[in-house]
Amino acid sequence: MECDGKPGKPKLAVYWGGSCGGCEIALVNLGERLLALDERLDFFFCPCLLDRKNKDVEELDDGAIALTLFNGAARTTENLEMARLLRRKSRLFVAYGACASSGGIPALANLDTPGSLSRTVFLESPTVENPSRHVPGSSSPYCTPALSLPKLTGSILPLSAIANVDYLIPGCPPEPETVWSAIAILTGADLPPKGSVVGAGTVPVCDECSRIRGEKRLRRFVRFHEAVPRDGECLLDQGIVCMGGATRSGCGALCPGANVPCSGCYGPPEGVADQGAAMVGALGSVLDPGELAALPEGEMAARTDALFEGIPDGAGTFYRYSLAGSLLRRRRP
Amino acid sequence: MSETAAFEPRVVGFLCTWCSYAGADKAGAAQLPSPDNFLPIRVMCSGRVEPEFIIRAYTEGADGVLVLACHPGDCHYKEGNSRALQRNRLLRKLLDSFGIEPERCRLDYVSAGEPEKFTRVVSETVEAVRRLGPLRLSREGGLNDGSNDA
Ligand code: SF4
Ligand code: SF4
Ligand code: FES
Repeated sequence: MECDGKPGKPKLAVYWGGSCGGCEIALVNLGERLLALDERLDFFFCPCLLDRKNKDVEELDDGAIALTLFNGAARTTENLEMARLLRRKSRLFVAYGACASSGGIPALANLDTPGSLSRTVFLESPTVENPSRHVPGSSSPYCTPALSLPKLTGSILPLSAIANVDYLIPGCPPEPETVWSAIAILTGADLPPKGSVVGAGTVPVCDECSRIRGEKRLRRFVRFHEAVPRDGECLLDQGIVCMGGATRSGCGALCPGANVPCSGCYGPPEGVADQGAAMVGALGSVLDPGELAALPEGEMAARTDALFEGIPDGAGTFYRYSLAGSLLRRRRP
Repeated sequence: MSETAAFEPRVVGFLCTWCSYAGADKAGAAQLPSPDNFLPIRVMCSGRVEPEFIIRAYTEGADGVLVLACHPGDCHYKEGNSRALQRNRLLRKLLDSFGIEPERCRLDYVSAGEPEKFTRVVSETVEAVRRLGPLRLSREGGLNDGSNDA
């Protein structure tokens, strides 16, 4: 078997941890450009699309893969092992997409009490019906020899906390333009400094949004399903929580362009360490201060709380894709 | 000695230079007793205190944070203290999702002429945080505690 792949062409690996498969779809979304990619790189390993085995990767010399795009979160011990293996075998090891870069959707489980994830999902969640109270485990008593499965990690960490990550590609999933320009950069001669985010912009999404921003004097926040957004006007000005101001550009402000608020999938802009903190800062500056001016000192806090009632889940909203990469990262033990 | 008895909380303060910082100065000049668990940082206005500063204080080892602003209507930049209050209320809500009690994130108003209020608010905050115990954040991963083996 030609486990080395095709000689001559640099090897490409695309691997998934705990992921939805969207990052692979994003790759396929390159369309015809995929053929150009195939001309330059050898698709060596990609469990979503190709039937090559882990063993084939293990047998490679260290550094034999030119570029690995690792997507998905490290949710299981197997994900951890594969991340470390692929890191060793790759000259460039890249966190591809929001989950690998900063935890993504799976990392929202970090807000659960540590260690209780399986209980929450299989027993306690209000929509769960589990009369036999079975909770999946990592070994099965029903098989001889005993069958074992990878264990869950206690919380989701960003890929960079598990293995040395050279570059990051943001997005849930990354837009085709982002993927294409990232691959061009990563296969080119002039590599940016290690640790850079590639394929996206550096400024906030607002800077590439065509909606007009006015002076913000909000009297309430509206939840998205309650709102009929007016054309051309900044969504946040209309009281709809839009994350554009705390999110990295590069997608072309797709969501606000389609009347949907940005939910933050490209992570924080350059220089911002914590997307949620940035969002608290931003939303704490858009309410009408006139709302408070006439109130006695002791009533101001309660009035402010009432204004924020339109944001029932701040943590889940502001850190939807970046919790594992945030300053606090997880709920206190 | 129990752990709580040994625990000396660390509270980081962000003090507006125009009001509470001057109030703290007066408290010092008057030799009012003030807990030494309090680490004051002088800022130009409470509106300058970005939520990221507060979260960073926790990750750097603070057990509580106290922001002291000019009284409503007295902010030298007009609306800085309303912004500070709005951010404080939203941040407290956010921190709650991380298991960080709201008492660890307090905002209050102290003018330049209120040295007694300054020492009272600082002592109250330190004592409230002492009752809560150490913050103890963990950024480590580890494995699930075995509940997936249930
Ligand atoms: S907040 Fe949203 S709608 Fe407003 S300018 Fe920014 S990206 Fe556009
Ligand atoms: S607008 Fe926001 S949520 Fe939508 S694709 Fe861009 S970064 Fe992602
Ligand atoms: S100047 Fe004191 S709070 Fe703004």
